[in-house]
Amino acid sequence: MLYRLADAIPTIWLVLTLVFIAMRILPGDPAIAALGDGALPEQLAEFREKMGLNVPIWQQYFNFLIGTLTLDFGKSYMNGAPVLDLIARNLPYTIQLTVAAMILGTVIGIPFGVLAAVRRGKLPDSGMRIFSLVGYAVPDFYLGALFLIGFALNLRWFPINGAGSGFFDILHHLFLPALTLALVKAAFIGRLTRASVLEVLGKDYVRTARAKGARENRVIYRHALRNALLPLATGMGLSLLATLSGSVAVELVFNRPGIGRLLIQSITERDYGVIQGGVVVFALLVVFVNLMMDLLYVVIDPRIRVK
Amino acid sequence: MTILPGSVGTLSALDDVEHAIAPEPSGTALLKDMFFGQASTIFAFSVVVIFLLVAILAPWLAPYDPLAQSVLSINKQPSWAHWLGTDQFGRDVLSRMIHGSRNSLLFGLISPALAAFFGTILGVTAGYFGGVVDRVISRVVDLLLAFPELLLAIMIAAVLGGAFWNIIAVITVAFIPGFARVARASTLAVKQEPYIEAAVAVGLRTPTIIIRHVIPNISAPILVLMTLWVASAIRLEASLSFLGIGTRAPNPSWGNIIRDGLNNLFGSPWPIIAAGFAITCVVLSFNLMGDAVRDVLDPETTR
Amino acid sequence: MTVAPSLSRQQPVASVHPGPLLNVEDLSIEFGPKGTAVRVVEGVSFSIDAGAAVGIVGESGSGKSMTSLAVMGLIPSPPGRIATGRILFEGVDLLGLPRSRMPEIRGRDIAMIFQEPMSSLNPVMTIGDQIGEAIKLHEKMGREERRQRIIELLKLVGIPDPERRLGAYPHQFSGGMRQRVMIAMAVACNPKLLIADEPTTALDVTIQAQVLELMHKIRRTLNTTILLISHDLGVIADVCERVIVMYAGRVVEDADVKTIFRSPKHPYTRGLLQSIPRLKDENTRLYQIPGMVPLPGTIKQGCPFFPRCPDRIDKCALETPPLLEITPRQKAACWVAAEATS
Repeated sequence: MLYRLADAIPTIWLVLTLVFIAMRILPGDPAIAALGDGALPEQLAEFREKMGLNVPIWQQYFNFLIGTLTLDFGKSYMNGAPVLDLIARNLPYTIQLTVAAMILGTVIGIPFGVLAAVRRGKLPDSGMRIFSLVGYAVPDFYLGALFLIGFALNLRWFPINGAGSGFFDILHHLFLPALTLALVKAAFIGRLTRASVLEVLGKDYVRTARAKGARENRVIYRHALRNALLPLATGMGLSLLATLSGSVAVELVFNRPGIGRLLIQSITERDYGVIQGGVVVFALLVVFVNLMMDLLYVVIDPRIRVK
Repeated sequence: MTILPGSVGTLSALDDVEHAIAPEPSGTALLKDMFFGQASTIFAFSVVVIFLLVAILAPWLAPYDPLAQSVLSINKQPSWAHWLGTDQFGRDVLSRMIHGSRNSLLFGLISPALAAFFGTILGVTAGYFGGVVDRVISRVVDLLLAFPELLLAIMIAAVLGGAFWNIIAVITVAFIPGFARVARASTLAVKQEPYIEAAVAVGLRTPTIIIRHVIPNISAPILVLMTLWVASAIRLEASLSFLGIGTRAPNPSWGNIIRDGLNNLFGSPWPIIAAGFAITCVVLSFNLMGDAVRDVLDPETTR
Repeated sequence: MTVAPSLSRQQPVASVHPGPLLNVEDLSIEFGPKGTAVRVVEGVSFSIDAGAAVGIVGESGSGKSMTSLAVMGLIPSPPGRIATGRILFEGVDLLGLPRSRMPEIRGRDIAMIFQEPMSSLNPVMTIGDQIGEAIKLHEKMGREERRQRIIELLKLVGIPDPERRLGAYPHQFSGGMRQRVMIAMAVACNPKLLIADEPTTALDVTIQAQVLELMHKIRRTLNTTILLISHDLGVIADVCERVIVMYAGRVVEDADVKTIFRSPKHPYTRGLLQSIPRLKDENTRLYQIPGMVPLPGTIKQGCPFFPRCPDRIDKCALETPPLLEITPRQKAACWVAAEATS
């Protein structure tokens, strides 16, 4: 386990380095990109100074790494606010959305998958297959837009935008966006669950459980499911990442604050500091989720734990 | 850090594409079997054909200029004059949809092809030469694979901006790691084969060996992946356009039609409904086609 | 070694129900869609008295495992189904019972252990919990009492230091130990019939001997009736008094072990015995019955062994021989054997 934790450090370093290379070396002059071709030399110079681009590249790299470690991402060019503030204000909303989607998606997906496996070949199973095919093809923002039009606009059951304040209001605003992401997620998880459960149901120890006199329900929930869920951990991690990336579009659809929307806006506005900060945050989130999945796997499987 | 497979193509591509090196496909019988096997495949095939036709013949099919704005015709509901109505700028939605299909087609076909090309080079290099080269490439590839495609694409788009070739680059780069991984694994498998040893013994130079012997034999899984990923590429382009960092306004793309539609919620829902439906159908159809191709070239034992 | 009273039977089993404990009548099992189904077990009949130890011997594909699974009601039911027959356990036809009743019988009255101890135990449950579950499913008992019972069981099957092993996981045990745990689980509720399907096949020879010894012990101390299934005649001869020979889904011979070894009547049985390598054999080549076991459904008429039989006559190809009584204690499904004694 320690090995995995230790291994994360070079990974993080690699990620940051790649981000740095991408931001500095690839697109040419960030100053011109931000200010346009018609910018005056003084404006360009001012920009470079503000963004810390007027020092040699090695120093920039160093500043960048130190900055990330100390959580100093510089300032937004647009409104002068520290990037860290902007991130800190928006991150909770994204996390809210992602967690809600994850819970909802799992709650819908796993039982559906189990049902499809247990009633293989019958209606729930075909339903699952169609659901997962469509679920993969439908863009999350389309589904969100449909929900928005249907439930928020026309039926007026839900608010059209924003995140709300106060516990229940927040939930009210959270529901449709989370449901959008959750359904897409459920399609994926359901399919994985079905495959895993089917595989486990064919195993010898399931036969033993039946031979002991356990009823089918117990066989499924006590014996099969726990073993079936194990390999799902990797899939859940993947799904969490997919949800994270889907949250960007969904935030836009429902006009919710969040890191995704922040990043997209900063890209459109060419706000260099925020772009950099946003990209780093997303990258670190991804690394973090991967790491959590690894650790989780170690905890769940006693075979790895008790060595 | 555990290698997490990147979100690849369809769900079924999550299974290992790596070890089956496929038998030689041959003959029209195979093609026929591939396409007309089941109802779903027939449906998918038809949709794909329609899509291709519409995209290629767009300028002749579209009744109006997709960019032409008209203050008089704002937010009209569907009618015989405008089958899908108009948007908030008075532009005919149907024409925009038809032209939008071009974008999807272009990005959908070019990007996976390019990604396959570059990814294969990377993967074969890593697999064939091994050692430090392999470790470095693999480390970076695994890292990139750990990112969901969309995030990767956003981050690259953040850096590159929105011109046409940049978008191609974005989508391509998002897919390269997946190809690299498959190419590498296939190369490793092929490297063990006796005919590679024989080629080395006979004295063939390395580039020749790679081009003549390695690449043809790893082409099957690569092709399968490419077909599967046309769907993903289309979806990715739509997402990027929707976010505003893909095809820029006023050029129509199914993604930004939805975006405009969202800014016009109280006007007309038709752009959103139509564009999203189109994306779903096309992506679904390419997925099914990809599955069919895969079943023929690289069959699975269990479903 | 004394066995706690909770584990041994107070009264001999025979007085509970008159007649054989298990009576299989004309059992046929088929797989596949109704029109094109293939029979993997055809017309199997035998009976087992309480307290006896009977073995079923046959190659892979002989239907021996399927037969035992049918007794337990564990035939995978979408592809497979019972085509004909009755399975009478203590006089009650198990096949006639509603499906919901079988889980009560499994584990409590009839228990089964399987071939692969490696994969037959749930990897994420402790062995204490797994054995405990076997008890919980059928008997009401307080936690502490159950814990004691589990420890007794572990001692019975020869697991050293049972108190500490309760919290161990299956992967921490060797194959032989796992099989012992399986046996402990199986006898936890003192079932009347224990079916052992190839219990030693996956184990080393030395461990095999230990497990067989354990089965002897179970039989002695708990008075359990045993049905042992194996492809190895030697294993069966070790534990059982009677043996049933199966070939291509049918019973071809049914006699006590001594008789089988001394005067096998069915040509297949003879072939099996000939195939057993003996130490004093000068020949280096092992005897093999020429030909191959027919795939289920390929023999439509006549004796299934006909293509490979050295003693066959014309009648054998035309009529399928039923299980005929050659002597009062030996039955064989062979026209030639029957005619030889008449």
